[in-house]
Amino acid sequence: MTHKKQSLAYIISASSVGTLIEWYDFYIFGSLATVLSTKFFPTDNPTAAFLNTLATFAAGFVVRPFGALVFGRLGDLIGRKYTFMVTLMLMGGATFAIGLVPSYTTIGAFAPILVLTLRLLQGLALGGEYGGAATYVAEHSPDEKRGFYTSWIQTTATVGLVISLGVIMLTKASMSKEAFDDFGWRIPFLLSALMVLVSFIIRRNMSESPLFEKAKAEGKMAKNPLKESFGHKLNLKYVLLALFGATMGQGLVWYTGQFYAQTFLIKICNIDDTQANTIMVIGLLIGTPLFIFFGGLSDKIGRKGIMLAGMLLGVIFYRPIFEKMYQTVNLSNKEKVVNSEKIDRKITSIDGTSDSLLTTTISASYTDGTQFKKVIKVTKLADASKEAPKADEKTTLLINSSDRWTLILMVFFLISFVTMAYGPIAAFLVELFPTKIRYTSMSLPYHIGNGIFGGLMPAIATFLVTQAKDANKAAEEAGQAVVYAKPYLEGLNYPLALIGVCVVIGLIYIKGTGRHMAE
Amino acid sequence: MNALKKILGIVWIGLGLFAGYYLIISQALPLWKTGGNDLVPAIIYTFILAPLITLGMSIFGYYAVTGEFNNEIK
Repeated sequence: MTHKKQSLAYIISASSVGTLIEWYDFYIFGSLATVLSTKFFPTDNPTAAFLNTLATFAAGFVVRPFGALVFGRLGDLIGRKYTFMVTLMLMGGATFAIGLVPSYTTIGAFAPILVLTLRLLQGLALGGEYGGAATYVAEHSPDEKRGFYTSWIQTTATVGLVISLGVIMLTKASMSKEAFDDFGWRIPFLLSALMVLVSFIIRRNMSESPLFEKAKAEGKMAKNPLKESFGHKLNLKYVLLALFGATMGQGLVWYTGQFYAQTFLIKICNIDDTQANTIMVIGLLIGTPLFIFFGGLSDKIGRKGIMLAGMLLGVIFYRPIFEKMYQTVNLSNKEKVVNSEKIDRKITSIDGTSDSLLTTTISASYTDGTQFKKVIKVTKLADASKEAPKADEKTTLLINSSDRWTLILMVFFLISFVTMAYGPIAAFLVELFPTKIRYTSMSLPYHIGNGIFGGLMPAIATFLVTQAKDANKAAEEAGQAVVYAKPYLEGLNYPLALIGVCVVIGLIYIKGTGRHMAE
Repeated sequence: MNALKKILGIVWIGLGLFAGYYLIISQALPLWKTGGNDLVPAIIYTFILAPLITLGMSIFGYYAVTGEFNNEIK
């Protein structure tokens, strides 16, 4: 095959656009999780609700390493370009299809099964895509600029998230809440088809990676990349080193800064969804150029120091930063406007039953402009002998401009740690492995570190916070002292422990001088 | 430095085994008993994190002890 001469700018943009769209596809599912659970899962069926939780928080992440193995193998056998064209179409198709799945009320249990299957396909596709794009760009880049060029691929995850949040906010703003809940939530999924089509047209003219073609021409291709990557001690030790000395910590820094921060603002600080998402989007946009900066800097001073510094800063500053975020909106630090509290009670009948729903809305204003609202929904069963469902409580805070900027600054700090750990990681990983097994070998530690250690982080951390709050509540009810002084920070223990181990392993076992790719 | 890498290998093996014990015995078992929504973290701890950390860290530690990481690592 003749290698067409293509500019690096074209190669980087064509690769990045496709990867960006895949991230967009992957994230809209998470960003719309609340709506999806009401459309595809019965809320009164615990098993299905469990399936819902599993599908939403874990399944897409857990299968990413399997996608890395399947598509990594293909990429090392038949080529980088063809493989990431397949992953692009798979991701686009799965995302578009989610937008078409009828709701649970229409097709019953098929709805959650279909959605879970499509979510798994999304995870598999993403597992194959990133390694392909990073390898492809890296194999076109000169040694002295590889960190800079591959850092463009590194921006795609953040930009993909920003676009997904932006599209959702725009769709919501363009219609009523009822219309969005009815059909509007499908639009971000359906839009994916258009984006994938554009990306397919851009990518189809790309030529194969020159290093891959050279290896193929010289007969240096792996016959069984999986066996060569993980069956040989020489390669397996590098895979493990990449995982425990780099991607585990990097994945946790990324998901703590970019995703847990969002969960923390919404679920733990109770900030209004739209306000919290706006804070995240601004923080992400300000921080994103730093991916390029640190990627480029890694070409000059090495990858290891920058990545480990990002992780170490996380270990040192996570608790103070999250504490500051919590205290910024903590109502006990604020003064309530006298006589501003209003309580409104409403009883409505529940359709199709003789039960009723008591909705109590408490609202209040604070002198700094913060608006508080708490809605408590209690189901009153007509049959008093039955056990009523637990009361549903939701607190929402609308915060003032000064607090918003404080939170944006905190999010920016978190994102800057992400850019240090994540910006140079693609270049670092591709330089660890030879061409014939690169796609497979770099993809697996990346997706275990990011998909499993990182991807599960928000769910685990939220669970740890809930566990700590429950323990405190039980202690208070028993008249004992609280167990956790700051239960809202307990979720950070998981990333702090693993990032700490990763920093030590990276510091001692990775030399960090190699900037040349082995053939 | 090579001696330190080897000695720490024992630490990684120990840490991997401890993580497996902690995640399954201390964390997951009580959650399995509770059931309900606690099954999600129980499954994550038992079937994903514990095997991954225990097995991965133990093999990594073994390689470190046997001097596999003594040579120049990029």
